[in-house]
Amino acid sequence: MTNDNSNHITSLHIRSVPVLDQDEALDFYTSHLGFEVRDDIDLGFMRWLTIGVPGQDTSLLLELVGGPQHDEATAAQVRELVTKGALGGLFLQSDDVHATYAALVDAGVEVTQEPVEQPYGTDFGIRDPFGNHVRVSQPNA
Amino acid sequence: MALTPQEDVNRRMLRARDEMDRRYAEPLDLPTLARIAHLSASQFGRVFKEVYGETPHRYLQRRRVERAMTLLRQTDRPVTDIAWDVGFASLGTFSRTFSTVVGCSPSEFRTRHEPVHVPSCFIAAWTRPREGAPRTAVSEKRPDPSPA
Repeated sequence: MTNDNSNHITSLHIRSVPVLDQDEALDFYTSHLGFEVRDDIDLGFMRWLTIGVPGQDTSLLLELVGGPQHDEATAAQVRELVTKGALGGLFLQSDDVHATYAALVDAGVEVTQEPVEQPYGTDFGIRDPFGNHVRVSQPNA
Repeated sequence: MALTPQEDVNRRMLRARDEMDRRYAEPLDLPTLARIAHLSASQFGRVFKEVYGETPHRYLQRRRVERAMTLLRQTDRPVTDIAWDVGFASLGTFSRTFSTVVGCSPSEFRTRHEPVHVPSCFIAAWTRPREGAPRTAVSEKRPDPSPA
């Protein structure tokens, strides 16, 4: 492993999030979390749907579980893990974590943890419609 | 979104488990959890164990002990206060349960562990004592004096 940038990697560009319904995912992440659509392209074999936080380069690929890369049994296992809350999550930052929290509660989003002061700042947790965990934090000034 | 019956059960049980995570310091309220999961109280415990591999009571105990471990590591609050904070009604039950689950007393744990600064959900997920480690929690043998 090197740390001298000899691999020429410059950024985290796209990260995949497993979703069970792309329209519902798009509505959740754009309506409630303020993401913008980057790409929404019907490739025939898949819908390439990416979103991101305005002003920030990294995109999320809202990737439908299933498709030819998984056999039916594997796809079912992944869906099982998503709905049990067993897969990874997203970590977002807010410049007003309490306002973000209030808006999400008003919108009826599932809360996993109310805002709590932590050594590194204040954070809370929510679930997306499928069971993916999303954390929102505001670092200490 | 079309879910299979099992995925729908998973999703409802996840909502109930999240409620336990939020209210870990409160007594285990099986009727409320069952309502969240759209099940009867008698069904809830069985289905929870089918989905998550342990009883709701056991999950809550691990959650409380994990939270106590965090507070012991991150704060200098008295052990008695931490016991109360995480939902134990007596220091004795807390100390017995903690020692049985973690393998050392709360005070010993505190002296051995420094504060860590990573998102709390990772601390919660990765420091939660595993089921059965190191052996069955005292709290399952001796009812927690906090209302169940």
